[in-house]
Amino acid sequence: PHAGPVESKNEAAMSEVVPEPRQTPVVPMKPMGINASLLGYIGIDTIIEQMRKKTMKTGFDFNIMVVGQSGLGKSTLVNTLFKSQVSRKSSGWNREEKIPKTVEIKAIGHVIEEGGVKMKLTVIDTPGFGDQINNENCWEPIEKYINEQYEKFLKEEVNIARKKRIPDTRVHCCLYFISPTGHSLRPLDLEFMKHLSKVVNIIPVIAKADTMTLEEKTEFKQRVRKELEVNGIEFYPQKEFDEDLEDKTENDKIRQESMPFAVVGSDKEYQVNGKRVLGRKTPWGIIEVENLNHCEFALLRDFVIRTHLQDLKEVTHNIHYETYRAKRLNGNGGLPPMTVETEENHESNL
Amino acid sequence: QQPAQFTNPETPGYVGFANLPNQVHRKSVKKGFEFTLMVVGESGLGKSTLINSLFLTDLYPERIIPGAADKIERTVQIEASTVEIEERGVKLRLTVVDTPGYGDAINCRDCFKTIISYIDEQFERYLHDESGLNRRHIIDNRVHCCFYFISPFGHGLKPLDVEFMKAIHNKVNIVPVIAKADTLSLKERERLKKRILDEIEEHGIKIYHLPDAESDEDEDFKEQTRLLKASIPFCVVGSNQLIEAKGKKVRGRLYPWGVVEVENPEHNDFLKLRTMLM
Repeated sequence: PHAGPVESKNEAAMSEVVPEPRQTPVVPMKPMGINASLLGYIGIDTIIEQMRKKTMKTGFDFNIMVVGQSGLGKSTLVNTLFKSQVSRKSSGWNREEKIPKTVEIKAIGHVIEEGGVKMKLTVIDTPGFGDQINNENCWEPIEKYINEQYEKFLKEEVNIARKKRIPDTRVHCCLYFISPTGHSLRPLDLEFMKHLSKVVNIIPVIAKADTMTLEEKTEFKQRVRKELEVNGIEFYPQKEFDEDLEDKTENDKIRQESMPFAVVGSDKEYQVNGKRVLGRKTPWGIIEVENLNHCEFALLRDFVIRTHLQDLKEVTHNIHYETYRAKRLNGNGGLPPMTVETEENHESNL
Repeated sequence: QQPAQFTNPETPGYVGFANLPNQVHRKSVKKGFEFTLMVVGESGLGKSTLINSLFLTDLYPERIIPGAADKIERTVQIEASTVEIEERGVKLRLTVVDTPGYGDAINCRDCFKTIISYIDEQFERYLHDESGLNRRHIIDNRVHCCFYFISPFGHGLKPLDVEFMKAIHNKVNIVPVIAKADTLSLKERERLKKRILDEIEEHGIKIYHLPDAESDEDEDFKEQTRLLKASIPFCVVGSNQLIEAKGKKVRGRLYPWGVVEVENPEHNDFLKLRTMLM
């Protein structure tokens, strides 16, 4: 429950630039470098340019979590997505690493810059998930972590003297890695996605897709999509959040044809047809990561980074976080009271 | 087999048992051989495809692959299929014991119980028959070999792999196999093999060791044995599809970036596995 336009303006300044679907007050602005003979031009559209400049100045946060059994190529894929060593495992295996006995949550932050835009990227790894003999409830530490970030944000938001820009540690996107068995999902996959699709944006990904031929891939994807549907799992982009027909058409195509993306990751380069490409070298050929005939990595990358990055953050903020917030402010609806470390002492409305 | 060159039976001092190997050979061929192979591993690791490739048959013609929701309630099953294969007059009665459901559950604590009971039951039955009165027609259903499938997607052995192998290494010959080896580049394979061998040693798991070649065997055989031993665990690719490659038809898998040939020793260890087994 938000107050009127005044409060919305504050919010926009606070949590980086999260465009509100409400109308911005009409204020005449000086057009910049536009043909002055256009009569009646006000210049509202320049707000896009202003937002862009602001984003470039402040930069933005993006938090991506990767979940899946060990060895499915999570770290390599994240490194490939962001074209840098942002995940702690580089191309060699660390021989000292053992599978942890419980699920751990490891968040590593990096600042990467491109075209003048700064992104503070946090990759949250979940080693130990699905690797034990008994994996019952192994999603609980993950769910707990996600809720803790919402709690942190909530505490900052309800603070009377709240920060101009609340640091956003909420998980915007959770890549769930499906093992390319070619058969079906595993019981653990279903359980995890059932529980977590309610609190975070889940993007299911078929890992190490170079294991499957084209027919196997198509069949497997169809089967997985069917299983997800039959079990009522709403992965991102969720049908219920399509804002308009344009969104729906675009997202329908992605949901029904492209997802789950069958990907291959690599941080090694090879020479193919005179170009340097990222790929995997085998005795029978080179698998090009960014070649759409070989795998769907480019689709995943474009989806997460180039087209839906902002939407992922918005859905997290407007839907998942709001759900959490409503539950908490309605007298602890079912949630045990949380104790989260926040920096300074503050007066709170909670 | 060449008949042994033996001297004229009428020569004094000649006993004649040099012919024994031939007799054994003839009798065995008449009787046929029995072999029971157990395959254990999580769903989707390529077990069935590999078995079909090894024995050039389709052991699972009417297979329905269950979805994840069905698998939640399932426990480990034991499914034994028997085929009679004949090649050049030699009959093999092959039983493949499959263990669907292994490693699928969220909690795999009870995974091995069913499997270990099965193995023990076969021993018990054999013992019973052996102690019985009619021993001429004992059927040997004991598990002679267990292919344990290790996932090529992981970084080595999983806790479940270690626990299971330790539970059965004193009951059956374990041959660790890495299927779907076309997931891995050659370097990754070497690394994975080494890592698995290190972990096997670290945990004291006793896998099947090929016996060294006898000193009187020929050099080729000795070399082959050495090569086989050095390749364990075998990284294999299975397929029964014929693909056109380099002008001839080969069994393989067709990818947009190339063809993986099952019987090409540079692509995977399938031939080695087959040699070792047969």
